[in-house]
Order: sequence, then structure tokens, then C-alpha cells
Amino acid sequence: MSVDTAPELSPDLEATTADIAATGGLGRAILHRTLLTVGPILIALALAGLILIAVGVDPLTYYGYVLERGLLSPTGVQQTLTRMAPMLFLAAGLIVAFRAGIWNLGVDGQFLLGAVTAAASAPLLAMTMPAWLAVIIAFLLSTAVAMIWSLVPALLKAYHGVNEIITTLMMTFLGISLANVLVKLVFLDPETTVPQTRTLPVDDRLPRLFDTTISSGLILGLIAVIAVHLMMTRTAFGLKLRVVGANPRAAVHAGLGVPWLTIAVFALSAALAGLAGAVDILGVQGNVRADWNPAYGLTVIPMVFLARLNGFASIAFVLLLSVLSIGGESAARRIGVPNHFTLVLIAIVLIVLAIVEYVDHRYLAARRA
Amino acid sequence: MTLKSTPKAVDQPPIIALEGVTKRFPGVVANDSVDLAIRAGEVHVLLGENGAGKSTLIGLLSGLQHPDEGRILIDGVPTAITSPRHALSLGIGTVFQHTMLVPTLTVAENLLLGAPWWQRPRKDSLRAKVDEISASLGIRVNLDASASDLSLGEQQQVEILRALLRDSRVLILDESTSMLTPSGIEELGALMRRLVERGLAIIFITHKLKEAAAFGDRISVLKLGRKVGEIAPERFKTLGEDALVAEFVELMFGKRSGDPEIVVHSKHPIDKDGAPVLAVRDLTLAPTAVAPGLTSISFDIRPGELLGIAGIDGNGQKQLAETLAGQTPLDGGSILLDGAQVEALSVGARRDAGLRYLTDDRLGEGTVGTFPVSINFFLKQIGSPPFWQGGIEQRGRIDQRARQLIRDYDVRTPSAQTPVARLSGGNIQKVLLARELADGAKVVIFNKPTYGLDLANTIATRQRIDEIAASGKAVLLISTDLEELLGLCDRIAVMAGGEIVGVVENSEHARADVGRLMIGLAA
Repeated sequence: MSVDTAPELSPDLEATTADIAATGGLGRAILHRTLLTVGPILIALALAGLILIAVGVDPLTYYGYVLERGLLSPTGVQQTLTRMAPMLFLAAGLIVAFRAGIWNLGVDGQFLLGAVTAAASAPLLAMTMPAWLAVIIAFLLSTAVAMIWSLVPALLKAYHGVNEIITTLMMTFLGISLANVLVKLVFLDPETTVPQTRTLPVDDRLPRLFDTTISSGLILGLIAVIAVHLMMTRTAFGLKLRVVGANPRAAVHAGLGVPWLTIAVFALSAALAGLAGAVDILGVQGNVRADWNPAYGLTVIPMVFLARLNGFASIAFVLLLSVLSIGGESAARRIGVPNHFTLVLIAIVLIVLAIVEYVDHRYLAARRA
Repeated sequence: MTLKSTPKAVDQPPIIALEGVTKRFPGVVANDSVDLAIRAGEVHVLLGENGAGKSTLIGLLSGLQHPDEGRILIDGVPTAITSPRHALSLGIGTVFQHTMLVPTLTVAENLLLGAPWWQRPRKDSLRAKVDEISASLGIRVNLDASASDLSLGEQQQVEILRALLRDSRVLILDESTSMLTPSGIEELGALMRRLVERGLAIIFITHKLKEAAAFGDRISVLKLGRKVGEIAPERFKTLGEDALVAEFVELMFGKRSGDPEIVVHSKHPIDKDGAPVLAVRDLTLAPTAVAPGLTSISFDIRPGELLGIAGIDGNGQKQLAETLAGQTPLDGGSILLDGAQVEALSVGARRDAGLRYLTDDRLGEGTVGTFPVSINFFLKQIGSPPFWQGGIEQRGRIDQRARQLIRDYDVRTPSAQTPVARLSGGNIQKVLLARELADGAKVVIFNKPTYGLDLANTIATRQRIDEIAASGKAVLLISTDLEELLGLCDRIAVMAGGEIVGVVENSEHARADVGRLMIGLAA
């Protein structure tokens, strides 16, 4: 699925859903949508299974292992839920941008700069003030840094119409390098030989939930996604953003301040990406090592599309991604299937989804004619 | 410029015949049951303004579009032209407005494109054929030149040559003169003449009256998707160029006998002494690369008055409407609404003050096609109470008001939740009417309000416009349909090149006066 075709995809689908709802009742519409979403995943699992067979691995063993380590074992499920926190923040940031028709593909750069800011500030702040205040201030600083980082593409897009796909991608490369430079030269922990920032003591990090190892960042992430979803669907501000996304000329005609809305979208999206970085550091990692780049952003983008930019569906897909990546990491160690096979699986899901989408669209069009 | 030969083959069956061809796009009827016959040995001119349906007709003939109704006969046989490749194989070659040559390839390479990929390009036989054709037509083509080095006229010759190399019997020239210099136009005219003498049929699309008179054998006039007249070669020869141009003006802008669209202007009283609701003073806007500017536009509209803006499309009418509405910032002058200056206000503030603008681009900017009808009613009020409280959408109130507007304005929609792009053009227009007219309109600007609508909706919209004026509001009606303006307006201003070139009181002389102003003569 190319990025260019994607914006047309979701409105079309909303329309399709409405069409079916008008003719066949809401129940059928939901069934149809569920089939269209779950079907491609099952087909993709089967296709990926063929690849596994080709490399000499029993797919059932692999899937069973991924499922067991990612979802069914107590430690696995706790890791999975913890891993969801930064991904949920990223999903929230992507939903804001994509629904407003802005292709912020620079979330990884914004994420890392947010992470480095949090890792640089929180340990120092925690020495002079209560840990909870240090964490809050670190969150705010990460947000601010990520927002500032998005300003260049935002201004170029808002006032000169420069394609943000290019600028945000370029800024993400710069951002990743800058984050590295900051870790190695500026925020280096003098007490270790490994290039990394100071470490926030475990006791000062975000609290864990109850008696588990699950970070409370999960709750924050869930709040972020749901808040964004409600903002986009229920508020005037969200509607304005959606108008800009769906038909920029109509936005001008209706008198909306398109440049300001564009900058606001970038700021919000980047802020959420920065928070994603902060929540990973303040909740789990505690520091940033040089050359650390989990590149969550690029894997969350497909999930957000699979969810059709719906917040609640995004939560489910992020859970799926999290299970796959935690389970996949364990399977890589045990069965020897490379870690990146998770990405292969997701890519196949997307390709199958696009094909199913196309076939369904043709079918509906033919039936309507 | 007028060198003409007797067409040879008038009695033969036409190469292409269109019978009742209709093509609809979402919201617009682009071609409305058009009949057309293309004969060998004739230059058939399709004359019409922007939006008259010329390009759609070309699309149908070149296989890019497919008719919704009616049929196309090739050599008397009903044929569905399925693709541009199919059109070429039927002998229909098209030279589009913007040239389709690959600039980095040579002329020869461009001419060889489109051959089967497994064959070696045959440059030698190409050279022989090109020499033969170009000698007989008296044109010179350098096959080894790079396409990007050619002038626009030369590029066009290459494209014509390409069509001939593929044994085209019908050559479609789409607005081919629009990019040419005057001498290039002369050359093209002479070339067309030689081509029809070889027995080709040419379809020549233009909106320039003089070219139609100079180059054509037969002329069909299109207006708003319908064919409103045809001048056969016999008539053509008996008329001089001036008489022809006069006849075109009559066809393009004139009254048709038994026109069912006529709305008799209700003679409501205008408060002649009252202060104008809308006063525009010396409005100026610098032209851009793609749009004309405005030069010191001034006018007044009093309560209950309907001022028309006539003119060929693209003479600054849209810019005028957008500047008044606030979408385009003006460069000078002032706009007074009820005596208060509004030119510094935003679109929303002007709307709140009672200035409403109904755009002609209903789906492009007037609505968000994928959004439900209900939200489109409030697109210009997002965030304002009672439909939003503290920034939170009040869905119940929105739906309730939407259903009321749907009833009041007779919008035919399955439900308030239907995406607006699903509706017909007439119903989308009703959504816009409901949005702009409800709640406190004082001045309403209509831009081509009946463009692309079917007859019933055209009449309904015109009646609505008349009612608005009758209720004491000021109306600015921009239209390229002179009939509409004559039927509705109190006064008609004519725009050309971004200026108002004259204002005519609507009386029995108005038709002739406006027509003369439109083609650049003093009234």
C-alpha cells in the first residue's frame, strides 16, 4: 500500500460502510468490516506460513511460540502490555496527522529526540526535586523539544506547500543523528564507559501497575489514543482538522485558517511522538544508549492504517503488533527465525489488505451499477 | 485566412455519428443527449465556452470516457470505444491541448512509441513514410531533433504527423490554437485545409469565434452540455465572417425558441433611494500566472436588487466572487456591507455580517464529499453554538436542524448521514443554498448557480434566486448564461479582462447590448 493511495482509502471506506448500512442494516455493515479486516490477517498468516515452510520452520510451531511468549505466558503478556505504551502514543500522534491529511512520517526522529530529552533531564531533575515532579517536567520538556523539531516541516508545509512526506522523512534522519550526537557528546554519563545517558533510578520511574511489571505508561497511552479519537470525532477542532484533511479547498472556502491548523497538527502529532519517547524512557528504559533506535514509528504506521485511523481499533492493532514483536523476539532466540520476520508478516498483511480492499471496492461498484 | 474548398463527400455516411449521447459526472451533466455527425472532408468545429462539454465529448471519442446513454456509430455501426488504443485502431487520432511528446526523446523516437514492444523500432521505414506525408502536406519535420527543442507549433505538427502515421481518418484537435502564435494559427489553418482535402475528417475544438469562422466547414455550438445549434457548410458559404460571428453570438448567448428555462423576472419593487446593501469601490487584485486580476471594480447593489455579471468565463468573475467573500485577499479598494467596511474581515466574519457566497465548484470547494449531508450544512459554522457547545459537537441538534433544512429546501437524500457526494448536482446545490441562505443573509453572491444542473433543478434554482431578491436581499448573480441573466436581473454588468466594461439596464435592448460588450464592442 503506497502512501499516496492511502488518503483516499479511508473516506472511501466510510462511504462504503454508510452505503451498506443504508441497504443492509448496521449488523451486516459491521460483519462486512470485520471480515475485511480479519480476513486479510488470516490470509497473511497463511502466506507467511508458506515462507516459514520454505525456510524449514514449522509455521504452527512458530505461531504457537509467538502466541505463547507474547500473550499467554505471564511474563510475556506483561512485556507485551508494557511495550504498547510508546506505540499507543505514536498511534495517537499518527491519527491526528493522518486524519488531517498531513503525512508526518518523521515520528521516529521526534520519538528519539523526546526520549533523549527525557533521559537527559529526568535523572538530573530527580536529584533536586521529588521524583514525580521530575518525571512531569521531563515529559513537558520532551513534548516541547519534539514540537520544536516539527516546526521546520510545519512552516514549510503551511506557508510554502512543501511536501511534508519529504521534509519529515529528512528531518527524521537528522533527528536520529542528532539524538546520537547528544547522547555521545553532551549528555554522556561520566560514570560509565558505554556511551549512554545517566540512568533514572528504577524507583523514580513511572509506577508499575499493581503487583505486575506492567508500566503505568500503558494507561497514559490508552488515555492518549482515546482522547485523540474523541477529539477528532466529537469536537469542533477535530472536525476542522478533518475538513482540512478531506478537502483543503473546502477549508479555505469555509474560512478556516489552514496554515495555523496545519502547524497545530504538526505540533500535536510531534508532541505525542515525543511523549512516546519519554514514556519509554521514564517507564521502562531509564536511559538512552547511543545508537538506540527501536523505530517503533514505522511499524505503527501500518497498524494505524489497518485500523482505518480509528482510535479504538488502533489499540487492538497495537496490541497485535506488540504480541508479534515480543513473541517474535523470543522466537528469534529459540527457533532461529530472524526478529525481522515480524515485519515481513506485517508487510504481507498490508499487501493482502490492499488487494482485498480493491476487490471489495470493485465488487461494490459493480453491484451498484 | 479564409481559404475553403467544397467538401467532397457530403452524401457519404458520416465516419462518426453520435446519437443522443449523455455523460454525467458526479453532480454535473457534462453532455446532455448530443447528436453529432463527423464527415470525411470536413473541418467540423465544436464551439463553446469552458464547461460547455467539449472536452468530455473528446474524451468520449478518444476512448477516455464512456457514454452513460446514447450510442456512437463508426461507419454506421454502433461501436463502444473502449480505450484510447481502441480509438486509434478505429482511425480516431487526438491531438490534445497540451502536447504529449516525451521531451527527452527525439522526434523519431516519439513517433515510434506505441509500437509493439517486442519489435525493433523501424527507423528507416519511418523516415520514408514521414517524408512522403510531410512532402504532401508541405510541412518540414526534423526527425533527429529532440522534442524539447521544438516550438509549440512544431510539436503540434509532430503530433498531427503521429496521428497520420497511424492511418487516422478522423483527427481531433483539442484547443490546438490556444498555445500558438498568430502565424502559427495561420499555418495550422492551412494545414487543416490540406488534410481535409486528402479526405480526412477534422474535429476542431475552440472557444474563439473568429477561428471557428475562419477554419470551419461545419460548426456545432455547445452550451452547458447541450448542442444548441449547427451551421451547415451551405449556410457557411453564404455568410460573411461578421455575419457568422453574429450568428455564433446568437447561438451561444441568444434566446432559443420555446426555451423552457425562462423564468419571468418578478417585478419586485427596488428601493431606488435606499442605501446600497453592498457597495464595492475600486476593487483591485493583481493577476497571477494562472488567474486574471481585477481592475478597479465598482458597483452598488440596493435591497431587493439583482445585479448580474455577464462575460466569457475566466475574465475575473471567480476572482471577484472570492475577493468579495474574503477567500482571496484584495490588493486595493473597499467593500461596504450596509455602509460598514468589511474588506479587512475574515471569511467567517463576513459571513456573520450577512455576506454569503455560493461557489460554482460545488464538490471541489463547496462541500466535503465524503462527509455527511448534515455536517456539510454547517461547514462554515464549525464551532459556533448551538451546534457546538464549548467546542463539543452536539450531534442531536445538528441532526435535528439538518433534517429541518432537508425538508425546507427539498433536498432529496436517503438520509442526513449520506455522504454529500452521493447526491445529484441539483441536490448538492440545494445543500449549498440551504447553508448560505439560512439565518441572516443580506447579500448573496451566486457563481454560475445553474451550471451543470438538469432542467428541473435549473428552474427551481432560478426561482429560489428570484425569491431571495424579492425578499429584499441584494443578489450578485455571476453567470455565463446570458438567458439566465436576462430572465432574472435588474441590471447586468459585463466583465472582460478583469474589468467591468459596461453596465446595462435590463430592457428589451439589453440582449444586444450585453452581447456586443461581451465580444469586445462598445454597447
